[in-house]
Amino acid sequence: MTLLQQVKTLILKDIILEWRSKYAINGILLYVVSTVFVCYQAFKSVDTTVWNALFWIIMLFASINAINKSFVQENPNRQLYYYSVVDPRAIILAKVIYNMLLMTILATIAYFVYSIIFQNPLGDPTLYFISVILGSISFASVFTMISGISSKAGNNSTLMAILSFPAIIPLLIVLIKLSRNAIEGLERAASMREIIVLLAINVITITISLLLFPYLWRD
Amino acid sequence: MRKKWWKILAVLIICAVIINGLLGPVPRLFILHESIRNVYFHVPMWSAMIVMYLISVIYSVKYLNTGKQEYDLMAIEAVNTGITFCFFGLATGMLWANITWGEPWPNDPKLNGSAIATLMYLAYLVLRNALEEEQKRAKISAVYNIFAFPIIIVLLYILPKMTDSLHPGSGGNATFGQLQMSNELRPTFYAAMIGWPIIAFWICSMRYRVRLLERKEQEIDS
Repeated sequence: MTLLQQVKTLILKDIILEWRSKYAINGILLYVVSTVFVCYQAFKSVDTTVWNALFWIIMLFASINAINKSFVQENPNRQLYYYSVVDPRAIILAKVIYNMLLMTILATIAYFVYSIIFQNPLGDPTLYFISVILGSISFASVFTMISGISSKAGNNSTLMAILSFPAIIPLLIVLIKLSRNAIEGLERAASMREIIVLLAINVITITISLLLFPYLWRD
Repeated sequence: MRKKWWKILAVLIICAVIINGLLGPVPRLFILHESIRNVYFHVPMWSAMIVMYLISVIYSVKYLNTGKQEYDLMAIEAVNTGITFCFFGLATGMLWANITWGEPWPNDPKLNGSAIATLMYLAYLVLRNALEEEQKRAKISAVYNIFAFPIIIVLLYILPKMTDSLHPGSGGNATFGQLQMSNELRPTFYAAMIGWPIIAFWICSMRYRVRLLERKEQEIDS
């Protein structure tokens, strides 16, 4: 099988596994919705800056929880089996793409729930939605590799948090800026630079993951 | 003598920079006044830090390619030295900020970026401590090191350029080149920018050799 076919098969496998148990998606959905509700109960009404910051904090923790599991849900023996039949690059690529899909679905649902519960006027809802999608893609691409690293290091969740928070902050800064532009309803052209930086960081992290994962995988 | 010349050179450069930096003539600038002398000490700390981190990444790549433990030791010692210089850079920067901007920690993207970069390398050290087995530790931390480096470059050199910053060279502020960084400052400044990274490399290589000796001793004992 070529690399792309392997990636396709692995993604399908992940989707089927998820569909059978619906464990991750339901758990994370419940997590997101209850967090939004807790925030609503605590704040009642917030100004735009806090609204934006709160949304990204909820997304950050939801995505860490969602992606943290990506390398530990299958037992080591099965992982050994994958290693003997497929290219390690296919494994990381499939995980990244699968996590991107998962995060996009989660973020979309979270965004709708959040904006229904917390009424807030958005200047440019489409651009805000684009920033949500870009954000979930970026979270997926950075956290997948880091969860790979932390799963090799005995996988305690403290380590995952320590390793991933500094790495995600640059992305988060750009994301918050982009979404603030969307809330204020600035011209699209003013936000192009942020979008390009986000896409560039994604391309870089995925490339580095592809280069590094074969070393990480080998025990 | 052939191997020592760069160390002597570095010491001479640093001595000259310190003496000239504290006593030499400086232009009278608005707000900055005499504190402009800090440019000889604050900026070179960052240059030393980034050179150290770069060396660390290069040795991590070398380690992954060859699997030689020596390269891993070099990578970790480069990070240790780099973090030390980062703290020096933060300390001198806070002193300077207190005088010119009125508070030691103004909300500035470059400050926050460097703090986060420090966190990232502290996380690297935590990751190393979390792993027991030597080879596994070397490999996983090398992977994290290489993964973190481009993010740090974005954080320190790309993001501050996009936003308003108090530092020169970002958000429409003039860079040192455009700002008539007067010719009185230039020679000492450039000398410092070269001298401190060499000193940092010297410290790093000494620590590396101590590590090698420690390892040898352990091998003899066991």
